[in-house]
Amino acid sequence: MSGHHPHEGAGRTTSPYAARIRAIEALLLEKGVLTEPEVQDGIAYMEARSPANGAKLVARAWVDRKFKALLLSDAKTAASELGLDPEHPAEFVVVENTPEVHNLIVCTLCSCYPRAILGRPPDWYKSFNYRSRAVREPRAVMREFGFEPPEGVEVIVHDSTADVRYMVLPMRPPGTEGMDEEELAGLVTRDSLVGVDVPRL
Amino acid sequence: MTFEPGAWVRVLSSEKPGHVRTPGYLKGKAGWIETLIGEFPNPEELAYGFSGIPKRPLYKVGFLQADLWDDYEGPAEDHLYADVYEHWLQPVEGGTT
Repeated sequence: MSGHHPHEGAGRTTSPYAARIRAIEALLLEKGVLTEPEVQDGIAYMEARSPANGAKLVARAWVDRKFKALLLSDAKTAASELGLDPEHPAEFVVVENTPEVHNLIVCTLCSCYPRAILGRPPDWYKSFNYRSRAVREPRAVMREFGFEPPEGVEVIVHDSTADVRYMVLPMRPPGTEGMDEEELAGLVTRDSLVGVDVPRL
Repeated sequence: MTFEPGAWVRVLSSEKPGHVRTPGYLKGKAGWIETLIGEFPNPEELAYGFSGIPKRPLYKVGFLQADLWDDYEGPAEDHLYADVYEHWLQPVEGGTT
């Protein structure tokens, strides 16, 4: 194998899983199932996606009521309107935080995540610790991220067990009335799109 | 569609081996049908190279956290949604929200 892949970072070659994946990749290339450019395209696809895409969707929803309604009813179409490419076999659904309800996303079975929009999930999202505790003690998990839902707020956990990928539409923080869409997008963190935290000024 | 929104259902306690999309902590638990999400190829077959056809109805099912965990910390309203295939659900007699 060529050994100059941009996704090959220090330390990766020591993991048995990494070694296995490299072996499978080498076989697929050797047998002509995949070509080197296809592998690079796949990596480029993932790297082109990031939480900044989610932040764009949220900021637009904060300033445009009609867009917000579309995002909550048909998130794939809403994403397309902003030039994002939500094409992926899975459904994409956005759930709204309100003064009464706070949403938290998890995938207890594996690591389902709206990758077509947000890219790869953070490592903690895939950890056994998060996956087991987010359903059982979501409030304790959020406290560890530095967020405690205010008194009277209901917590709803979404376990993405099947064909739907979920993203949270957080509430616009108070004191941001004068901010434009781009500034607002800058407040939207990846953690707030999963629901373990909220955007802050 | 077999189940209408608001209907109470119970998740089967099946120990079916292999690739299933019903997490263990929901098995045997009762909840309500929130909505029908749609119909999708059966992941339990797709995982082994089969077509997954006929497609199976997939529901968003709600569960009260207090019904899932004896020691749940939080208000009684806190709940959880999971996406569960119809063949994992059975009706709860007389149950409705």
